[in-house]
Amino acid sequence: MLEFIQDNIQPYFNYWVYVILMMIGLWATIAKNNLIKKLIGMSIFQTAIILFYVSVGVKGEGSKIPIVNPYTEAKSAEVVGADQHGEHGAKGGGEKYIVEPDNYANPLPHVLMLTAIVVGVATLGVALAVVQMLFKEFGTLEEDEILAQIKNADSASPDV
Amino acid sequence: MIPIFDYILLIFLIVAAVISLKVKDLLSASMVFGIYSFLICLLWAEMGAVDVAFTEAAVGAGVSAVFLIATVYNTKRRSSD
Repeated sequence: MLEFIQDNIQPYFNYWVYVILMMIGLWATIAKNNLIKKLIGMSIFQTAIILFYVSVGVKGEGSKIPIVNPYTEAKSAEVVGADQHGEHGAKGGGEKYIVEPDNYANPLPHVLMLTAIVVGVATLGVALAVVQMLFKEFGTLEEDEILAQIKNADSASPDV
Repeated sequence: MIPIFDYILLIFLIVAAVISLKVKDLLSASMVFGIYSFLICLLWAEMGAVDVAFTEAAVGAGVSAVFLIATVYNTKRRSSD
């Protein structure tokens, strides 16, 4: 049991939590009766997907934020040699560093998920506007009551 | 990333998600959802995704919570489940 936790759960804990959060969101979107609760579930689902993508970009415990730190990276040999001969002088702008990619988190999934967050909030805003229109029309936020009212209206005028 | 901070945040995240879906008062649900967004913002700052973290802090914890509270204010506060 302890070996199972150490081998399978601890190194992949982000992914376990991502699956649990995604299932919580899916359950709320399907099984909850209140429309606002459904939308909160949808937002939890979206953040779970974003959690998966950001977890992919992490490279172990040593990965830092993806900004190159010039004090910890080694300067490349040719530029150092050129500085010694005084060809470029101290004007700056021409320095090159040998960047070790394992020291930094992968920034590509971060940038993709930046768009996903903004799209998620836009979706939530439109959905909440639709919920307010439904409340004006039916006077309730419960899904079963709205369905019952629609059914009653249909049976009252079957020719529509 | 810092493993112990990571585990604590992820466990709090699941707790906040379940509470925001289980509580019957919709205003409380909106506030707990704001807490959830702030926790996931901390998680992303810890995982090295600072740009995602401050976008989430501004947009997720700020704007979505305001949208939810405005909708609850314009409709009903009670939920059946």
